[in-house]
This record gives sequence, structure tokens and C-alpha cells, in this order.
Amino acid sequence: MSTGLRIVVVYPDLLGTYGDGGNGLVLARRAEWRGIKASLHQALSADPVPMGDLYCLGGGEDGPQVRAAAALRQDGTLVGAVERGAAVLAVCAGFQIVGTTFPDANGSGRAGLGLLDVSTVKGTGPRAVGEVVADITAAGAGPLPTLSGFENHAGVTRVGPGAEPLATVRRGIGNGGGDASEGAVAGKVLGTYLHGPVLARNPALADLLLGWATGGQLVPLDDHEEAALRQERLAVGRRSPSGMARTRRRISRALRR
Amino acid sequence: MRARASLRARAAASAAVAVNWASRRAGLGSGTVAGGRAGLVVDPHLVEKLCVGRPGALVSGTNGKTTTTALLAGALGAGLGGGVVTNATGSNMPAGHAAALAAGGRTGPVVLEVDEAYLPAEVASLEPTCAVLLNLSRDQLDRTSEVRMLANRWRVAFAGGAPVDLVANADDPLVVWAAGQAERVHWIGAGLGWRNDAVGCPSCGEQVTFADAFGAGGWSCVCGFARPALEAWLEEAADGGSLACFADGRRLVVDLELPGRFNRANALMAAVAASSMGVGADEALGAMAQVPSVAGRFTVGEIAGSPTRLMLAKNPAGWSELLDLVGGGTAPVVVAINARTADGKDPSWLWDVEFEALAGRTVVATGERARDLAVRLRYAGVDHATVDDPRAAVAFAALEDGRTAAPVEFIGNYTAFHDLLDHAR
Repeated sequence: MSTGLRIVVVYPDLLGTYGDGGNGLVLARRAEWRGIKASLHQALSADPVPMGDLYCLGGGEDGPQVRAAAALRQDGTLVGAVERGAAVLAVCAGFQIVGTTFPDANGSGRAGLGLLDVSTVKGTGPRAVGEVVADITAAGAGPLPTLSGFENHAGVTRVGPGAEPLATVRRGIGNGGGDASEGAVAGKVLGTYLHGPVLARNPALADLLLGWATGGQLVPLDDHEEAALRQERLAVGRRSPSGMARTRRRISRALRR
Repeated sequence: MRARASLRARAAASAAVAVNWASRRAGLGSGTVAGGRAGLVVDPHLVEKLCVGRPGALVSGTNGKTTTTALLAGALGAGLGGGVVTNATGSNMPAGHAAALAAGGRTGPVVLEVDEAYLPAEVASLEPTCAVLLNLSRDQLDRTSEVRMLANRWRVAFAGGAPVDLVANADDPLVVWAAGQAERVHWIGAGLGWRNDAVGCPSCGEQVTFADAFGAGGWSCVCGFARPALEAWLEEAADGGSLACFADGRRLVVDLELPGRFNRANALMAAVAASSMGVGADEALGAMAQVPSVAGRFTVGEIAGSPTRLMLAKNPAGWSELLDLVGGGTAPVVVAINARTADGKDPSWLWDVEFEALAGRTVVATGERARDLAVRLRYAGVDHATVDDPRAAVAFAALEDGRTAAPVEFIGNYTAFHDLLDHAR
């Protein structure tokens, strides 16, 4: 195993459906650009999970999610690493897995890893799909700029007393429990429903995780391309189209197709 | 069933044609969908009524639908004669089908490209002669959610549905799962370049093992779910082309105007579909060789004064095929990404594409989601410029590159490609 910062993307074969593997790449590059030696491991589900300093879990389909949770519990490395201080970014299905329980395809509860005090049940309403804009509320995340991302999930997640909600949605659904909360954080374990990937759209969040994993101060990077992307996405999130504008768009779209 | 369309269906067809004519006259676009919707309002059963009693094929899958539909339509036109009715524009939902059928002849074969989500319903209502199942991978996840759910819906539809000849890609485990309970299946080794949606066994959840890169060696799972015996497969020929090989010993050259291995695989699928509808595979392949370009894809046109090859890639699987085709070259590359409804509203999939292969080339990011792409290229280590307007992006790429006489390689996703195609001369 190489030295330096070890970044592990957990089970991209099971939890890699929504482009979330990009989070690992963003972390590795942002470390390298600062002269921090970093290695990026893609940990496939057939192999043992390697020891790491920073783990990324992504979104996946219902069946693979159940398999991933079972394999991670059996493997034990991730849980042990968190006990020893490793940081975790868990997105969507991964967010549900690091909690205490999550629903399988039939809606039955399955045991999660218990790394974060959140529990998820299958929602009864329509799937939450769309752009999200959310303001950070968690003291444990420190002062961070507004989050931008894209959600696509059917779960409703409740944040327990052992964790705090990461953010409050300004647009979108988030955790879906009716309190407008989105994501959760406790210690160095951070969960969110946001794809994008979330770290590509929110480089400050990437740097928060890198800071947790390295324990050091990070020099700023030239993020003008990320800033342009954020400006565009956050503006979309603020726009609340009037009924007439919506109708006009629908007509022009229908005629275009 | 009645061989003649009812009065209501005839009125509906007229409405569809009239609305499309008006739409084109008013300069509002080709109007395919608008007219089809009008027709379906007058008669919700318009599509099935116009298909009754005719030989028909439905073509579906994540990638290659439009091309395979055009190749099959070409083969059936040559082999069966007469006007083949097909939705050549790629409008692959019921409204597009209604419009194509209303505008076409009332007899003769029908070849329809069908959106994956609509396939179960259309197989049940149209009772086609055959259905071509190309591949299933992640695409527009904001709309379809999970590709595995789609495979399961197909499986249920084909298990209990009307007898139909399925032409199914045996190299894709999700397609094999989808077609696995059907009565009549032609299993074809069409290859599968992108595996990331197929590694989890659809039967038991364990890991599917692939023998090699393009699937020639097959795949299997510990549960016994494995590639079925092939009726036909594609072999690489020494000259860089492909041979269509059949279990009965026939070997036919696949020689197309269209580039790329994936298009030759589409031709093989179309040839087997044509056989099931009464046109020999050799005759079918001969006719397909004459198809110059499909819906503008791979055409070289002039954009803002620069010769430009126009290509479409709308998901990671499509990109992995195109990067095989353009990855080795030196010509400048313009990538255009939109995220409208037809594209899927979440471009996160850009992070599943190995843009790293473009490092060292002149690369320009454009389209309505150019900023997402620019960030992706930054982390891929690909130097690039961002130019909002796609035509300006092509001009910029040609100017910036300067040294090569080769056409600019323009790769757009669905609406980005079609928008630029409208401007190509």
C-alpha cells in the first residue's frame, strides 16, 4: 500500500450508477494540485476493502445497494477505519448504507453500517428528482458556501440525535421528511443525496473532507471553472418560474421535438 | 382484425398529417411529435390501427436504435419492396410513431424505433413480427431511474406476451435477462463495450465474469446464468472490417458506409431481424451497405466555414464506442452537452466517460451545460477552452488547431447534436 493520503472509492461496480466515482477523482486531484501525495483506489466488491484515510460511497440501484451493505458489514474494514478516524463521503444509496437501516426494493428494512445516526424508509410520494440548492446548517461542517447538486431517490431519511442535518434545502426535496433537511454529518462522516458529482459542484465541500483527512491547512486553488458552474446552477435553483413562463416553455419544447 | 383503418383512424391520421404540414409551414420545426399528438387525441388507438395486418419490427435498446432501425428499413425495402414506413427522425415515443404511420403508406412493412420504456406496451398492442433488443445501460436516469427495473419490465412483457421473434444481444447480460423467458429468441453475439451496468448478475446479484473485451469469449455467473448459445456473431476480419458468422456455417462480409464496429454489430442485428421477416441475411447486408448516413450521424458538413464531422453520443456506453473511433486521431474535438428533457436533466454521467483519452488534442467544451463539461475536463487533465455557442466553438476549434486539414470532430448529446445538424451545410 502506498503512503500519502489514501482515497478509496468503495464498490464502484455496485455504487457507481450516478457518476459519483467522480468524487474520488476530485479529491485526489485537489490533493495533488496542492502537492499532497495522494493515491486513488477503486475497491471492487469482489475484493477486500483496502485501508484508507478517506472513503467515498456513491449511488446505486436497489439490489446492488443491499449487496454492498452486506459485503461492507462482512468485510469490516470501513467500519474499523472510521473508528480509527478515517473520513467518509457517502452519497445517495451510500448515504443510506452508512445509516442504521435502509429499505430494499420491496421496502423491507435492511441493516446499514451504523456509521451515521440516520435511518431511511421508502417514500410514499413520487421519486425526488431534480436540481437541489441547500444552505449548510451543520455546525460540524463549518461555514461552507451553499450546496448545489442533483437528487434522484425514493428514500425518506430521518436524522437521529447522534448526527445533525447537513443543510436546509432552498430548492429540491433532500431528506424528504418534511423538515427541509438535506444530508447529515457526525464527526468525519458526511452523507448527502446530491449527485453532480457533489464535490465537482462544491469544491469547498471537497476541501472540507481533505482537511478532515489530512488534518492540515489547505492552500486555495484556482477554481474559476467550478465557480462558473456554481454560479449557473445556483441561479437555476433560484429561478421560480411563473405559471405563464412555464407554459410558454412547455409549448416551445413541444414544438421543438 | 379489420384490415382497413376505421373512419376514426383515418380522421386521426389526417389530423396528424395536417398539423405536421402546418407546423413545417409555420417554421416551427419538423413537427413530428406535434402532429402525432394531434392524431392520438382524435384516436388513441391510431398507432395499432395503422399497424394491423402488416409485417412489423420494433427496435429498442439504449444505443444504436436509430441506426439499426434505418438499416433494417433499408434491408426490408430492398427485400420486400414497396414503401417501408419508419420513424426515421428518431421520434421514438407513441406520438412519433403515430406521425410516421399517418404520413406513410397504408400497406407494406413497418419498422419502428421504440423508446425503451414504451417497448412493453407497444409489443403488447402492436403484436410485431419481431423485436430487436440491442443493449441496456445507464441513460437519462432522471426519467428511467434504474436500468435494471427496465430490464425486469421487458422480461415480464416478453414472458407473457404475444409470440414475437426476438433478436437479442446475447453479449449483454441485461438483455439476456430481459429476453430470457420468451418463446422464440435469436441470440446474437453483437458485443458489449461498456460493462459497468452489467457486472451485477440480474438473476442472483453475484458478479458476472466477462472473458474478454468485446464479448467473443462470453460471460457467466456462479449461479449458472450465462451467455446462451449464439445463432450468429461478429468476427473481426483481417482488413479491419467485420464478418457476420452464423452457427450454420455461413460467413458474410459486413461492409458499411457507416464507420465503427458498433455499427457493424447493429447491421448484424438488423440482418437477423430481416431474415425473420423473410429477407435473406446476405441480401439484407447488401442493402445496408448502401445506407450512407443515418439521421445525419457521421456526416461531414460545413459549420461556420469549417468542415465538421457530426457525431452523437448521449451516455457513457455511447461515448466509449465513439472514443474508440476518434480517440486515436489528432483532429480538434468539440464536445457539446445539453441537459434538456430529451437528454436527461442530470449530466453527472460525464464523470463516467473517459475524457482522459482526449488529452493533448485541441478540445472545446460547448452546449448549455458546457460548464459541467469544463469541470469534468479539468479533472481529466484535458486542456480545453469553453465557448458557449456551438457554432462559434467549431470555428474556434478549427482556428485554434490550424495545423490539421482533418474535419473538426463534433460530438454532441441528443439535442446538442440535432441543434447543430440543423445548421450544417
